[in-house]
Amino acid sequence: MPRIIVCLKQAIDVSQLKADPATGKLIMTSVPQKISDFDKNALEEAVRLKEKFGGEILTVTVSVEDAKTSVREALAMGADRGYLITDKALEFSDTLATSIVLAEAVKKVGQCDLILCGEASIDGFSAQVGPRMAELLNIPVITYARKITLENNTVIAERVLEDRYETVKTKTPAIITVTKEINEPRIPSLMSIMKASKKEIIYWTLEDLDIPVNKVGELGSGIKIIDILAPKTERKKIVIEGESPVEVAEKLVKALIQEGVVGR
Amino acid sequence: MSEHRDVWVFSENYDLMLELLTAGNPLAADRSSKLVAVLIGSEIEEKAHELLKYGADKVLVADYPKLKDFQIEKYLGILTSLTKKNKPEILLIGSTKNGKELASRLATRLETGCTPDCSTITIDERGQLLTKRIVYSGNAVVTATYLKKPQIATIPHRAFEKLEPREREGEITKVEVTVEEPQVELVGTNRMEVANVRIEDARIVVCGGRGIEKKEDFKPLQELAQLLGGQTSNTRPLAEDRKWFTGWVGLSGKKIKPTVYIGCGISGMIQHIAGMRDSQVVVAVNKDPEAAIFEVADYIIVGNLYEIVPAIVEALKKALKN
Repeated sequence: MPRIIVCLKQAIDVSQLKADPATGKLIMTSVPQKISDFDKNALEEAVRLKEKFGGEILTVTVSVEDAKTSVREALAMGADRGYLITDKALEFSDTLATSIVLAEAVKKVGQCDLILCGEASIDGFSAQVGPRMAELLNIPVITYARKITLENNTVIAERVLEDRYETVKTKTPAIITVTKEINEPRIPSLMSIMKASKKEIIYWTLEDLDIPVNKVGELGSGIKIIDILAPKTERKKIVIEGESPVEVAEKLVKALIQEGVVGR
Repeated sequence: MSEHRDVWVFSENYDLMLELLTAGNPLAADRSSKLVAVLIGSEIEEKAHELLKYGADKVLVADYPKLKDFQIEKYLGILTSLTKKNKPEILLIGSTKNGKELASRLATRLETGCTPDCSTITIDERGQLLTKRIVYSGNAVVTATYLKKPQIATIPHRAFEKLEPREREGEITKVEVTVEEPQVELVGTNRMEVANVRIEDARIVVCGGRGIEKKEDFKPLQELAQLLGGQTSNTRPLAEDRKWFTGWVGLSGKKIKPTVYIGCGISGMIQHIAGMRDSQVVVAVNKDPEAAIFEVADYIIVGNLYEIVPAIVEALKKALKN
């Protein structure tokens, strides 16, 4: 029976972001947090595999701030146990540092058949952590999977690339990053939410994982963020009005011709 | 003094590699170093010479029959040994999905950082690489720099235009490599149904959203696109939820920057905006006057797309005749 580890990131809900109109700086305080969208797809896939084959689902989350609510939600969706690595020293960690922490946590959680991640996180969208962990753990990785089939110790997946789908296979244990189209994550029932409150969350620090502080934070990172600003969009925002669709259409065509972008 | 030097570029996509040369050129000039292209494949000597014409000072060529088809682990092994040996200061990799996986894994092997999907790359006053890219589903631009070397960045298609080729002096060096056995085996490939012109290359894009009720209703959009010599595309829900199409424009799909973008029945979810933000002129048609897409539009039409789009088609026909 497969033992599956799902890596969950708690990310800010990007749809709730606002920028200070004067400075263009984003207002980050009080932005709600949630499980990153595609990581939820990864968890849903794990739950579906468990429904088919049995086994166990463990989630691993690395976070500067407490991410208990997100882990509870994962337990309600069907994970059996959650591991939460929270440490102040993790602040300013990039994907290089974060992957090291996740990989060490996965090792400590122990033997597993599959490690599932989202294709990318909804905030940073770097799509790096899955492939980086594969290198650190020295196991195969399949990225951008929209379908996963598990047969004993072989996993077959369909990858979504720019212009084609690729069917690939590899031996377990392997890391698979999934796309949104793989499934529709369930919304946990009240019953499962109540049951989840009895499930265990295990808290680890960097010390528990034997990770020296110079491997995380700014010291352990390859990238340093200088600023995060709202993008400038200078659009004309000209409202075209008219008595009829015909009039509106003619005004638009005239404007586009004047801009020199059509009719040449 | 750092022992790392030179700007390297690599993409398994040859066209993208030419664009990377454009991106790398000013960086190499700024650092008074060489622009080096890494070319991997089989029977690629002609291409190696061509890369010099597009701006490379030097081309490292790994030319072996078994490298004919791209396979991440084979190529990754070669790039790992070449970068460990030669220590580039900056490494630009083409931001295809495979390229991004490759870059992440290479950065891990070299214990360094990697910035994905950079739209702008420059050298700061300390001589460090400075990158800008869109994050938070298109809601923010992050500026970042590096703390380790090599400094790796991935560059998406069309962020830079390839240069006009011209005869230039340059060095071509054949490298000997050992090819790693891949851990992941390719069983089969299915082509997606794609239009003849890639949507990223279309000069005009007419894009449909959830305001379009049936797939057949895309017809006026296609007619409009055809008339303008452009292409149609769509938002993610039309591909993912309604299964009408395979691809989409957006954060997780195609990033486009056509001369004209015409959005029809598109509310303007931030994820979609992230894919079309760089369009030159944006026209939006939506019946909801509060639609978010109007915030990023040059021409705003509040109205029923079922009436407006055919009217634009007619108005265009009339205007183009004159």
